[in-house]
Amino acid sequence: MCGIVGLFAKNPEFEHDLGRYFAPMLLEMTDRGPDSAGFAVYRDAVSGTEHKVTLLATGDLSWREFEVAAESANVGFERIVVHDNHAVIVVAGDTEPFIAWVRGAYADLRVLSSGVAIEIFKACGIPEQVIERFGVNSMKASHALGHTRMATESAITTEHSHPFSTGDDLCLVHNGSLSNHNRLRRDLERRGVHFSTDNDSEVAAGYLTWRLREGDSLEQALTHAIADLDGFYTFAVGTRDGFAVLRDPVACKPAVLAETDHWVAMASEYRALAGLPGAASARLWEPEPGRIYSWEHADSRASA
Amino acid sequence: MSHTIDLATATTRELNSALQAASKVTPKQNWTVHNPGGGHTLAVGLDGDVDVTIDGHVGYYCAGMNQRANVTITGNAGPGVAENMMSGQVRIKGNASQYAGATAHGGLLVVEGSASSRCGISMKGVDIVVHGSIGHMSAFMAQSGRLVVCGDAGDALGDSIYEARIYVRGEVASLGADCVEQPLEQIHRDELAQLLTNAGAVGVDVGDFRRYGSARELYHFKVDNAHAY
Repeated sequence: MCGIVGLFAKNPEFEHDLGRYFAPMLLEMTDRGPDSAGFAVYRDAVSGTEHKVTLLATGDLSWREFEVAAESANVGFERIVVHDNHAVIVVAGDTEPFIAWVRGAYADLRVLSSGVAIEIFKACGIPEQVIERFGVNSMKASHALGHTRMATESAITTEHSHPFSTGDDLCLVHNGSLSNHNRLRRDLERRGVHFSTDNDSEVAAGYLTWRLREGDSLEQALTHAIADLDGFYTFAVGTRDGFAVLRDPVACKPAVLAETDHWVAMASEYRALAGLPGAASARLWEPEPGRIYSWEHADSRASA
Repeated sequence: MSHTIDLATATTRELNSALQAASKVTPKQNWTVHNPGGGHTLAVGLDGDVDVTIDGHVGYYCAGMNQRANVTITGNAGPGVAENMMSGQVRIKGNASQYAGATAHGGLLVVEGSASSRCGISMKGVDIVVHGSIGHMSAFMAQSGRLVVCGDAGDALGDSIYEARIYVRGEVASLGADCVEQPLEQIHRDELAQLLTNAGAVGVDVGDFRRYGSARELYHFKVDNAHAY
């Protein structure tokens, strides 16, 4: 079992309060996933050719020393904002030289996300601790996607926690379990997809990364996923401008969607939505099996 | 007598203890539950004559194991509503999530909206009336009882059905193994009319329904297969 929550603001006023509404959603899913928690937040989009990279330090690391090293490495480093053992780095231009440098120079740093607006934070422990540690309540953001993990397929570590990055400004959270992930991982590794763990959900993320790299739209990539991923899943995919939701055709894993004039939300259960303003009168429904739902800006749509 | 309990302050255990005690009291009591907030296992294990209205949306396993009590949910119900109900009535004004009425032995389950997948899975004598539509794998391994659907049914309806009668007014996406259409005789029209009336499904023409049931090919031993054992 795991818990998934997603919240998307439809207007600037709601963006201002997004963290305050998102934190209780994540908290409510504690008993679906007390092992670890994580979230992707889309905020403070950088401008021009700048990009953001979220890094996780898995060992002892002085961010100050890292900053000095990054400045002299000539990899586009501009600035750093440290959040505990995570840091968001802004680089000029493409992120590839910076990420290659990080991977080469720091064995205990993990790249959690890259893009214009996305930042990913995750940690072992109950959601309450994660919410506190990363200041979720005060987040101002256009949207956020969260996950509470009850591990069934692989170890409980921060690296095994969700969300997983699937490309620039993209991430995946998963409730369920995949049964063909080992074979898929081998296939994807041959195609150059990089994996950090033996986690099944990371394979789903790697699969989407590969399909998107091959030129698929997100919708096409998810359509291919229905054919190629064997197992149980409710997926939520964070995108630059919104998010998408997909349940496997058997649809054992729960999901509830809700929408008002001010927000769109998804969660594993209604109780995670119950505290949102206007939840009682929101349009509420269960996503149908094997159908892709997506939202961008204020425009909501669903496709078969 | 009318009573209220507010789940903004009361715990699930306090609620269920109060309702279970109330179900043993005469004359019959009337309870309203406020702020269910999608909570789990609300109004479960009731064993007696009591009217309970839950004002809002409920989560997993609401009104499970119900006996004789009459439970109404004004909103939507999460997975497993009225699971293993024995008797009484559970009515959902909104929609029900997956496996509504699973393994239920008796009583009446009414979903005024739609129910999602696996509605009436392994039903063992319950009557289920859905005003809207139902999802895939409904009445899987159904053993006894009646399932009435005023809308459409999803894929694999009645897969591996033993006995149970299924009535669907709209489209059936596909029938499961050993589930076949069967003639709608007068006896079926009569029971269907009674079920629709009990469920408050008005303006629905009995003649619009088709009946489905077991071909009894799966669970009877066939002598032609003797060599396989």
